[in-house]
Amino acid sequence: MRIAACIALLTAMAGAALAAEIPQAERRSGYGFMSADTKAMQDEDTDNPGMLSVLDGETLWKRKAGTADKACADCHHDARLSMKGVAAHYPAFEKALGRPVDLEGRINLCRTNHQQASPFAYESRELLALSAYVAQQSRGVPIAPGDDPELAPFVEKGHALFVQRQGQLNLACANCHDDNWDKKLAGSAITQGQPTGYPLYRLEWQALGSLQRRLRACITGIRAQAYDYGSLELVELELYLMSRARGMPVETPAVRP
Amino acid sequence: MANSEHTRRTFFGITGGAAAMVIVRPANATPAMLQAAIRNVVGEANVRSGKVKLDIPPLVENGNTVPMTVSVTSPMTADEYVKSIHVFNEKNPQPNIGNFYLGPRAGRAQVSTRIRLADSQKVTAIARLSDDTFWSVTADVVVTLAACTEEAI
Amino acid sequence: MPSALINVPKKAKRGDVIEIKTLMSHIMETGYRHTASGSVVPRDIITSFTCRFNGTEVFRADLFPAIAANPFITFFTTVTESGKFEFEWIGDKGFSETAQASITVE
Repeated sequence: MRIAACIALLTAMAGAALAAEIPQAERRSGYGFMSADTKAMQDEDTDNPGMLSVLDGETLWKRKAGTADKACADCHHDARLSMKGVAAHYPAFEKALGRPVDLEGRINLCRTNHQQASPFAYESRELLALSAYVAQQSRGVPIAPGDDPELAPFVEKGHALFVQRQGQLNLACANCHDDNWDKKLAGSAITQGQPTGYPLYRLEWQALGSLQRRLRACITGIRAQAYDYGSLELVELELYLMSRARGMPVETPAVRP
Repeated sequence: MANSEHTRRTFFGITGGAAAMVIVRPANATPAMLQAAIRNVVGEANVRSGKVKLDIPPLVENGNTVPMTVSVTSPMTADEYVKSIHVFNEKNPQPNIGNFYLGPRAGRAQVSTRIRLADSQKVTAIARLSDDTFWSVTADVVVTLAACTEEAI
Repeated sequence: MPSALINVPKKAKRGDVIEIKTLMSHIMETGYRHTASGSVVPRDIITSFTCRFNGTEVFRADLFPAIAANPFITFFTTVTESGKFEFEWIGDKGFSETAQASITVE
């Protein structure tokens, strides 16, 4: 029964034409689709397992690293002040590279350029912890990606990737997350794919993970070849998603099923 | 029965796009294993139903992290209290979930934790009181599978 | 660098029953998962959690692979005097971590 419904829905999605973007008033964080139990896990810091990474991040923020023997705190001081609202503006344009970088990319640029340390691996405990700690300082701050004109073509590329059908299921992100977010796929809510709480703790992962991990999992789900961690395509998708979520409050560290 | 269940889930995992990372394997705990695990705690004592309350969602969004609270009706005085609470499951590879040892100074016989359920199944909580009587409650939990799960490790 | 998140009220009145919440970072690898190449990922779990107050055990738990990653355990205790709670998590592969929290009883 469930399998049949699942296949029917996927087929319907594959056949349907793309609808428009979600109107401003109808935008909903993934939080709004969750059960009361999962919401409670996010609401209380002492219940939220994502806070373990935030704590780790606070320790790393103060730890000296690299040949420069500098800690994040040596330049940026108290993260609670200096990092407030910062994550809400990412990905941001990096002039030296001529492309946008996400928060994880920025942390690694800081490591290589200023701390003269080796960059952290994607999804490493350290990178997740530091990005969670930095992003948590923006909790409640409305998402506001920069209006830097140099970013515009990358937002456009991200949008193009979002609506581009791909994979063996021939689905675009938009087929689910713009057109069918009020429906269910198997037992799960489809959601709008709003990136409000990353890095976040997924019950499925039983761990904290980045938006890039989530995007790669989705792409694998439609049976397409996932872009590599750190690839420009993933950053463009992140950038488009953040521009699509403009004004929604940051929830890091969110909890999701 | 167990075989068809496994086939269905394997197929479902493929439909979802990738192998499920939850504990999907044929070797579920058998009813005999569950009975043995319970006997291991209660010995030959009779287990009565009552006094124990199990708060667990009847339908869970992800079997990897299921919130659960067990509470026992007890005055929690020096003479009359809950010694321990034992939680078991029916279909995970192992029947035990956790043992929790309290005492009169707990004040309130209640523990919460988060558990893993590999499939829709029954969860049983058994309390041992200070007079060495055993009381239990059982709840049914339906575990839905995520539509798009990641590749295994 | 495992971290723990402990929630104990800073103050309480003599005889109060307080709730204690604990979260410990740990993968709780079940020993029942396989890698893509088919080899079993060895079990790596926390097997025991103990809470002591001023040296006396007030709560203990045996954990099994069915406890979710980053074990979250909450329980209650009656406070009769000011003092220190000590928490201890012990597990496979020599895992051993402790945390402390103080309470003032008025």
